[in-house]
Amino acid sequence: MLEDRQVSAVELANVFLARIERYRGLNAFLDVRPELTLQQARAADARRARGERGALLGMPIAHKDIFVTRGWASTAGSRMLEGYLSPFDATVVERLAQAGMVCLGKLNCDEFAMGSSNENSAFGNVLNPWDAAAVPGGSSGGSAAAVAARLAPVATATDTGGSIREPAAFTGITGIKPTYGRPSRWGMIAFASSLDTAGLLAASAQDCALVFNSMLGFDARDSTSVQLPEEDYTRALDIDLRGLRIGVPAQFFTQGLQPDVEAAVRAALEQIRQLGASLVEVELPNAPLGIPVYYVVAPAEASSNLSRFDGVRYGHRARTFDDLTDMIKKSRAEGFGPEPKRRILVGTYVLSHGYYDAYYLKASKVRRLIAEDFQRAFQACDVIAGPVTSSVAFNFGEKAADPVSMYLADLFTVPASLAGVPGLSVPCGFGDRGRPVGLQLIANHFDEARLLGVAHRYQLATDWHRRIPAGY
Amino acid sequence: MKAQWEAVIGLEAHVQLLTQSKIFSPAPNAFGAEPNAQASVIDLALPGVLPVLNRAAVECAIRFGCAVDARIAERSVFARKNYFYPDLPKGYQISQYELPVVQGGSVSCLVSPRPGEPYTKTVQLTRAHLEEDAGKSLHEAFRDQSGIDLNRAGTPLLEIVSEPDMRSSAEAVAYARALHALVVWLDICDGNMQEGSFRCDANVSVRPSGDARFGTRVEIKNLNSFRFLQQAIEHEIARQIELIEDGGQVVQETRLYDPNLDQTRSMRSKEDAMDYRYFPDPDLLPLQVSTDWIERVRASLPELPGAMRTRLTSQYGLGSYDAALLTSSRPLAHYFEAAARGAPDPKAVANWVNGEVSAALNAAGLSIERCPVSPAQLAALLSRVGDGTINQKIAKDVFAALWEAKAESVDAYIDAQGLRQISDAAAIEAIVDQVLAANGAMVAEFKSGKEKAFNALVGQAMKASRGKANPAQVTAILRRRLDA
Repeated sequence: MLEDRQVSAVELANVFLARIERYRGLNAFLDVRPELTLQQARAADARRARGERGALLGMPIAHKDIFVTRGWASTAGSRMLEGYLSPFDATVVERLAQAGMVCLGKLNCDEFAMGSSNENSAFGNVLNPWDAAAVPGGSSGGSAAAVAARLAPVATATDTGGSIREPAAFTGITGIKPTYGRPSRWGMIAFASSLDTAGLLAASAQDCALVFNSMLGFDARDSTSVQLPEEDYTRALDIDLRGLRIGVPAQFFTQGLQPDVEAAVRAALEQIRQLGASLVEVELPNAPLGIPVYYVVAPAEASSNLSRFDGVRYGHRARTFDDLTDMIKKSRAEGFGPEPKRRILVGTYVLSHGYYDAYYLKASKVRRLIAEDFQRAFQACDVIAGPVTSSVAFNFGEKAADPVSMYLADLFTVPASLAGVPGLSVPCGFGDRGRPVGLQLIANHFDEARLLGVAHRYQLATDWHRRIPAGY
Repeated sequence: MKAQWEAVIGLEAHVQLLTQSKIFSPAPNAFGAEPNAQASVIDLALPGVLPVLNRAAVECAIRFGCAVDARIAERSVFARKNYFYPDLPKGYQISQYELPVVQGGSVSCLVSPRPGEPYTKTVQLTRAHLEEDAGKSLHEAFRDQSGIDLNRAGTPLLEIVSEPDMRSSAEAVAYARALHALVVWLDICDGNMQEGSFRCDANVSVRPSGDARFGTRVEIKNLNSFRFLQQAIEHEIARQIELIEDGGQVVQETRLYDPNLDQTRSMRSKEDAMDYRYFPDPDLLPLQVSTDWIERVRASLPELPGAMRTRLTSQYGLGSYDAALLTSSRPLAHYFEAAARGAPDPKAVANWVNGEVSAALNAAGLSIERCPVSPAQLAALLSRVGDGTINQKIAKDVFAALWEAKAESVDAYIDAQGLRQISDAAAIEAIVDQVLAANGAMVAEFKSGKEKAFNALVGQAMKASRGKANPAQVTAILRRRLDA
C-alpha cells in the first residue's frame, strides 16, 4: 500500500503510534518519541515523492533495546543504562534507516538480553498478548509482544541462546536468527560476543526475508562480520519442497517435551511432508550438552563484556562512596539486577585461575563437537526441524525462583546458537491453555534463504501466523 | 656486588608503536592532545562498540620479529586480560597471552662495565606480543577527585619479554639501550622515554654464585629512564642480598621504584596478585600472518645495527667501540658513512663524529638530523687535514665556523682567513729564531735541564704563527736549533 501510495508513511506511523499508546499495558516499549518517528516518516514520504522506491521505504519497525540508537535511549533493560543516549546508531539500525524504515521506538527485553521470560527487565514484565498470565518469552519479549499485538509490523531482536526463537514460539509469530557473522554486531550491547546475533521478529517469513535484504551484510567495524556479497533473501520464497530432506533429530523429541507441543510439531512436520518434503532421522548426539556448555561460555563472555559498566564514564554511578574501588563496586552492585550478577559470578568463576581448563576450555571443546554434529546432520538433510521449546509459554513466577529450570527453556534453541547456524521459529498451532506453539527450522551456515523459503511455503499452506490474539 | 652473590635479571619492555591510528580504533595515535580529545567511542568503551585490529601495528611487530631473528607466529590470538581500574575503559585489556605474534629471537649489546673491559652480550628473547595501552589517571589536578584521560587508551604496544639472561645492572642497561636503539632504528617507536614511548619493568632475583636455581624474583615497575633502571636494579640487588644475609627471605612481589628516594616499595605481594581471567577475545578473530607478508616485511628492513657494526669494522677498519657508537642510531650511522665517503681517512671521520660532532650536538641539545655541519662539509674539512693544508687545531676552528654558519665552503674559508698551514722550512726557521731571541729565560731553563721549557717554546712558536705552522716542523727545527 506504501508502494502505490494509498497510504503515506506518516499515516502508517500514526496508526502504529496510536496502537502503542493504546496497549501501553503490555509494557512492550521502553522509549517512544512520536515526534522523532514522524520526522522519519515524513522523510520517507519525501523520498518516495522524489521517485524513490523500495519495499521498506516508509515501513515502520521497532528496535530491541539491545541496539544503540541516537534518538531513543538505549538501556539494555538495565538500571545501569537508564536514560543512556548513544552518540551513534547500531549498524543494523543505520542500515534499516537508510532503507527508509521508520523507527517506532525501543523495545523492552531481559536485562542485557539475559533471560527466557522477560522477567529480568529492570523496567518491568512484558505481557504476552495471548494471555496476560503467560510470559512472552525472552530475552526479546518486548519485540515479540509488540509484533504479536501488531504494535509494530516487524521488530529487530537478538538471539544469544534462543532469545528470538523462544519468544516467537511463545507469542505465535515468526522469528529468525541468521548465521552468526551475517548481521553486524556493531552497536549491539554485548552479552556473549561469540553467540550474539541480530535477527527479526515479524508476522511472516516473507516479511523477514524482505527486511533481511537491507539489514544483513558485511560491516568493517565488526571483525567477526562475514565478507560475502549481498544476497536476495527472497530468492527462495517459491522453493519447491519436493525432494527437500527435512532432518528430524531424535534429541529434540525427548527430555520432557510436553505432549501438546509434540502434537503440534508432529502435525506441522506431517504437513511439510505432504507439501513434498521427505522426513529423515538425523542425530545431534551432543545437542543435550548444549545447556551446560552455553551456561559456561555465555556467562564467561558476559562477565568480561559487562566490566565496562563501572560508573566511571557513563551509566549508573553510586551517589556515595569512599574511594575509586568503592565507587566501582557500589555502582555495579546498584546498577545490575540479579540475573546479570548471577552470570557475572558464574563467568568469573569459570574463567578463574585453576578452573579455566575444566570449565571454559572444556566447554569450548564440546561446543566444537556440537557444531560438528550439525555438519554431519546436514550431509543427510537440507533443513533440520523440531520444537522450539518443550512447553508453551509458562506463567509469570513459575520458573523465576529456579534459574536452572529457566535455563532449560533454551534446551532446543541453544545448539544452533553454539554452532552459529541460522534458526527460525514459525507458529504451528496452539497447545495447553490456547497458547501458541512454534516449529523450529535450522539450516546450515549462510542458508537463510532456503530456511525462509521452507517457512514461507508452510505459511502459504497454513494460517497460524495470521492468528491475532483476542483484543488486539 | 659481593662476590658470592649473582644477580639474575629479565626485562619487559613496553614499546609504543608509531602507527597513525590506535591498535583497535581509528582514533589518531599521538601524544600531547587535550585530555580525551583523541579517544573515540571505541577507546571510551561505549556500549555496542567493537575492536578492529590495525594491521600497521602487526606490521611493526613483524618488523621487530624479523630484526631479532624470531619466529613470527602464523596464527596468534588476542586475549582479554580482565581487571578493574578507572583508566581501563573496558574493564579488560586486549593483549596476547598463550599465542604471541613474535616468539624467541635475541638482541646483542655492548656492555661497558665500570670498572672492566667492554664485552658483547647476547640476550635471548622469550616473546613479543601486541596489546593496547591503558589511559591515565590524573590525581594531582583535582581536589578529592580523579581525572581520567583516555587519549593513551588503545595506543598500540609491543611488549618485549627477555629471558632472565642478564647478570648485572650494566648488562640490563646495555640490553635496554640496544633494544631502545633497535626499535627506533626500525622506525616502529619514537623512543621518547619522557612521554612513555619506551618503558621497562625489571624482574630481579639473586642467588649464590654458581647456583643453578633461581632465587625468588621481584618485579620492579615504573622504570622510565636508563638511569632509573640502573639505580632501581642496583638498589633491589643490594636490598635482596642484605635481606638474605640478615636471615630473611625474599618474597615474590611487585615493587614500585621511586626515583626521588632511590627506593623501591612494595605494590602488591604474590598473595594478592590479580587473577586476570585471560580468555580469547571473542570480538577478534585469530591473527593470521602469511609467509608472504613476513617476507615482504623482511625485504623492506633497513640494514640492522649488528650487521652494520660488523661492516663498519671491516669496510672502514674501525674499532668495535667506535662502530658501536656510530650505530647507536640510524641517522648517526648515515651521517658517518656520508662523511666517510668523501674523506681520506674513515677512522679520522669516526673520531670526529664520535668526538667533536657529538660533543657539539650534546652541548646544543640537537639531534644528528639537525647538525649544522653537513657530512660533505665535514669530509671536506678532514680532507684538508689529511693533505696537510691545515692542522688539527685549525680544523677545530674551521669546524666552529661551519657550525656557526660563518663559513660555508671549507676551502674558501681557509683561503679567506689565511689558515693554510705553514710548511715552508725557511718561514718556520725565521719564526723559531724570533721566538728564541725573545725568550732568553726559557732557553736558559731548557739548557739547565728543564725539558718542560721546550714545550713552552713550541707553544710560543705556534702562537707566533697564529696556529698555522706545521707543529711537527716547528718541533724539529726548534730541537735542531737548541741542540746546536
